[in-house]
Amino acid sequence: MRRLALVAALLLPVAGQAGEAATVSDDPVLEERVMRLSHDLRCLVCQNQSIAESNAPLAVDLRNQVREQFLAGKDEAAVVDYLVARYGDFVLYLPPFKGTTLLLWLGPGLLLVAGAGWLAWRLRRRVREAPPPLNAEEHARAAALLDGTAKPSQESRS
Amino acid sequence: MKAKFLVPLFIFLLLAGFLGYGLKLNPREVPSPLIGKAAPAFRVPQLQAEDKTISPEDLKGRVWLLNVWSSWCISCRYEHPVLVEFARNSPVPIVGLNYKEVRGDGAVDAKGLDPATELATARQRARQWLTEHGGDPYMVSALDLDGRIGIDYGVYGVPETFLIDQQGVIRYKHIGPITRESLRDVLLPKIAELQRAS
Repeated sequence: MRRLALVAALLLPVAGQAGEAATVSDDPVLEERVMRLSHDLRCLVCQNQSIAESNAPLAVDLRNQVREQFLAGKDEAAVVDYLVARYGDFVLYLPPFKGTTLLLWLGPGLLLVAGAGWLAWRLRRRVREAPPPLNAEEHARAAALLDGTAKPSQESRS
Repeated sequence: MKAKFLVPLFIFLLLAGFLGYGLKLNPREVPSPLIGKAAPAFRVPQLQAEDKTISPEDLKGRVWLLNVWSSWCISCRYEHPVLVEFARNSPVPIVGLNYKEVRGDGAVDAKGLDPATELATARQRARQWLTEHGGDPYMVSALDLDGRIGIDYGVYGVPETFLIDQQGVIRYKHIGPITRESLRDVLLPKIAELQRAS
């Protein structure tokens, strides 16, 4: 009798969990699709989380919507269109390429090109402004300095 | 040559300008793609008249406000007195969209509730809240029990208010509680403009 009570007690939390998961279908392939797409969709309540990560009621509702639409035979693009029509591009973590997002998409590339151009210009100028190469006499003096055989009186100042 | 020293200052001012502008933006206000589009259709039971339904179709030809509310929504308590006052001599009808009255309340376990019980519970809760908070400013309230209408309207936080024109097109969306200021400065001028257009 005691053992039976223990088993019942141990099963209790499991029963509770089973109740929680009622809205999730038991098709693992479908669930995997739902979660994969949900990771790319932004939750509008906690804006730094995807609807896969967020437990906000709206995120749960939207996950259910995604699941329902998959079950109705829609593909990923159709589900994304459905959500964008209601919440705007804001729900996408990967914003589309269009007029208003031009700067967003091209900005970093433009900055890189501008930076590289500036660097090239600076380097070219540095070459142009570099001192002329040493003549034979200067070479000899440099060699002497390196050898330590140069006359100290002349070089100690520099 | 001297101007070269101004370059970092110029870059700083440019950055400060962008950041200053960014500070003023409210990330909670997501622009709605539904502006300029037809208000999504629905037909659901009314809150007060139990045998009647309500649909945006019923309001064709009028400028009206659709106000999303719920008894569990805290901000709605701040908005409500403003709506009650506004409704007394409002130039347009205010239609309520009661959003997930039972399921939306985290304190209630709505799982396994049968539809009839949920509808009755929602009516009882919503009516009680209206009575306790100064009256019913709505010409009629629609019951969106499962939040599906909310999703169709892109609702992501309660309260939200939509301004809809005579042709049933959404013209403006107000996010968050309506205040006396936003009513006076934004909503009323827009309403007047739409009514002149007819």
